[in-house]
Amino acid sequence: MNIQFRESQEAASPLTVKTAIADCDIHPARATRTELYPYLAKRWQHHLEIYGVHAYQGMMEGPPYPKAQPNASRRDAYPPEGGPQGSSLSFMQKQLLDPNNVQLGVLNPLNTGQGIRNHELSAALCSAINDWQIDKWTSKDKRLKASIVVGNEDGLSAAAEIRERAGDKNFVQVLLLSRNVEPLGQRRYWPIYQAAEEAGLPVGVHAFGFGGNPITPSGWPSYYIEEMVGHSQCQQSALASLVLEGVFERFPKLKMVMIEAGFGWAPSLAWRLDKVWQRLRSEVPHVKRPPSEYIREQVWWTTQPMEDPERREDLFDVINWIGWDRLLFATDYPHWDYDEPSRVLPAGVSEANREAFYLGNAKKLYGIS
Amino acid sequence: MASLIAGGVDCDVHPAVPHLTSLLPYLNDYWRDQVTTRGMVDLVSQSYPQNSPITARPDWRPESGKPGERLEDLQRHVLDAFQLELAICNPLYGVQMVFSEDLQAAFCRALNDWLVKEWLDRDKRLRGSIVIPTQSVEKAVAELERCAQDKRFVQVLMLVMGDTPLGKRALWPIYEAAERLELPVGIHAGSAYHNPPTAVGWGSYHIEDYVGQAQAFQTQLTSLIVEGVFAKYPRLKMVMLESGVSWISPYLWRLHKFWRGVRMETPWVDRAPLDIVRSNIRFSLQPFDAPPEAETLIRLFDHMQSDELVLFSTDYPHWQFDGQDALPEGLTPDLVRKIMIENPHATYPRLT
Repeated sequence: MNIQFRESQEAASPLTVKTAIADCDIHPARATRTELYPYLAKRWQHHLEIYGVHAYQGMMEGPPYPKAQPNASRRDAYPPEGGPQGSSLSFMQKQLLDPNNVQLGVLNPLNTGQGIRNHELSAALCSAINDWQIDKWTSKDKRLKASIVVGNEDGLSAAAEIRERAGDKNFVQVLLLSRNVEPLGQRRYWPIYQAAEEAGLPVGVHAFGFGGNPITPSGWPSYYIEEMVGHSQCQQSALASLVLEGVFERFPKLKMVMIEAGFGWAPSLAWRLDKVWQRLRSEVPHVKRPPSEYIREQVWWTTQPMEDPERREDLFDVINWIGWDRLLFATDYPHWDYDEPSRVLPAGVSEANREAFYLGNAKKLYGIS
Repeated sequence: MASLIAGGVDCDVHPAVPHLTSLLPYLNDYWRDQVTTRGMVDLVSQSYPQNSPITARPDWRPESGKPGERLEDLQRHVLDAFQLELAICNPLYGVQMVFSEDLQAAFCRALNDWLVKEWLDRDKRLRGSIVIPTQSVEKAVAELERCAQDKRFVQVLMLVMGDTPLGKRALWPIYEAAERLELPVGIHAGSAYHNPPTAVGWGSYHIEDYVGQAQAFQTQLTSLIVEGVFAKYPRLKMVMLESGVSWISPYLWRLHKFWRGVRMETPWVDRAPLDIVRSNIRFSLQPFDAPPEAETLIRLFDHMQSDELVLFSTDYPHWQFDGQDALPEGLTPDLVRKIMIENPHATYPRLT
C-alpha cells in the first residue's frame, strides 16, 4: 500500500541497482475529460456532451460505492503538472518505472468504453482508447505495452477491433473486465476469444466493470470494502463460467490472465470444480477434462493485491498449488492498494522462482524477448 | 480415511417434504384453500433438482419418492450407520422462493410444525432448524420465537442467497432474537432466486449454481462482518452449512488485508475479521472441497489456525462422499473428536 511505498522510497539508495521486473497491471489515466476527443468522431463527442456514457449503473460520474481515496489512487501519485493520478508519463517513469527497474509494463486502462449500454458508443470509445494508448504511452516509452480494450457486450465488434490491432507490437493482450451483463463463458463473448486466439494474444480479465448484476448473489451490499472483496468472488464465478461453458475446450490455444482479483482462491475453486464436475459432468459433456486441468494449462494470475496471511509463508502453499510458472507480478499503480515490489514475497523463494515471478513468466506469456 | 467415532453430532441432514400437499394438514383453512384452489405446485428449488446426482447418493436414493423423505431411511443410512448421538434437520423445502410474506409465513409455520410432528417426535436423536419467512423480518422473528419454545429447535435456518446481503441492518431483529434464545443462525447453500445466482449474472447450468455457492458464502461473510453484526451481537454464532471449507483461509487473508486498508469506512468493526470468524463462525464439514491427499488437508487445517471451526456433517442425502468416508484423509483422532462431538456441542447451546 502507498504508505509502505513511501517508506521504501526513503530507504532506497539511488545507486541501488534493482533486479528488472515486469509490472503486469498499470492503469494509465486521461489528464483531461476530453483527452480522447481527437480520437472520436464528432458525432460521439456531441453524444458524450449531451448524454454521457449511459453505463450499466446509475451514476453519471464516479462509482456508486465511493472509493477510499480520490480515484482509488495513492495520494502521492498526483503528477506535479496537474491532472489525476496515472495521467502523466514522465511522472509514471519517475515514480514507478525507473526506481523499480520495470522492464515490461502492461497498461490496463479502466473507465474506458466498457460496461456501456450503447454498444456503438462502446466500440467507438474502445477504439479511441487503443489509439490513445499508442500515442500517449507505448510510442513514447518502449517499456510500456498496451491492452486492446474491446466493446465487451458486442462480441462481433470486439472481434473486429482485435483483428484490426492484431500484429501491432504495441499491444500484448486483449482486455476484458470480470463483471459483464452475463458470465464471461456465455456465447455472446466467444467471438472475442476466437479472435484473440487467432491473433495469439492472451485475454486479460481485470476485476471490476459493470454489467447490471448485484455484486453479490444475494443483492447489493452497503460498503466499498464489500465491493473490493467481492471482486474476487466475481472473478471466481466468471472463471467457473469460462470453464463450464467449455471456452477452454473450444479454444485450446487461448490464454487468459486473471488480473487484480487475487489468486489465493484459485486452488479452492479448481478443487471444487473438479469435485462437482465428477458428479454432474453429464450436464456439461463439452467439458471433457477435469476443470483444474484447463485452469492449470490456460490461466495465469497477476499478483496484486496479494493475499496477506498472518503467517506469510502460508502463501507458499497456495503458490505451490497454483504453480510458480503462472504468477505475474503487478503493482496496480497508481491505485491505493499498490503492492511494493521489494516486499511482496516472503523470504525463502528460490532464485529461479523469484525470477519467474517478477519477470520471466510475463515475458514468456506476452512474447517479449 | 480417518476413523469415525460413536456419539457424534451430524449438523446437516435434510429431511424432505414429500409434496406441498404434505403440508396441508399444517395450514389453516384459508391457506389450504388457496393452495388447492390456485393449483399451487410442489416447491422444489432449482438448487437441488430431484434427480440430480448431487441431490442424492445412489445408494441413498429411494425407489420412489424424494430422497430423504422417509425417517426409516435416515435412521438406517445415517443415525444408526454413523452411531450418532444427534442429527440436526435442515429442511430445504423451497419456501424461500415465495415472494408474498403472508404466503411465506404460512408455509414456514407449516414446515416447522411438520418437522416436529413427522420427524422430531418420532426419533429422540433428531433436532430441528427453524425455517423463517425472511420476506418479513417481523414475521420471521415471530415464527422464530414461536418455535424456540420447543427446545428441540436448536438453530435458525436461512439461505445463503436471498433478497439482500445477510448483514443488512433490516435483518438484525432476527439476530437479536436468535442470540437471546441461544439459537445459532445456520446459513445453508441454496438460493431464493430473487437475484442472479452469481454476482456476474445467470449461468447456463445447474453445476454453475452449485459451484457458485462457495462464492455466495464468501460475500455473505463479508457482509455479516463489516456491517457489524458480531459487534452488536457478540454471543451470536453463525454456521455456514454445505459451504465448502477449502476457500476459508485465502478468503479471510483477502478480507483481512482490505479491512486493514479501509477500516475507517466501518469503524464499528472492532476486531479483525479473522478473530471474528474464529469466535463466531463455524462451517459444516461436507462437501469437503479439497483433493483426497492427507498432505493437502493438513495444510488447509493448519492455515485455519484453529481446530474449532469445522462441525461434522454428512449432508444426507446429498452425494458428497461414498460409503462411510465422511471424514477426509489426514484428520488426527483429536481433530475427529473436536469435529464430531466437541465443536457441535460448543456451537449449539441447546444440544446439551
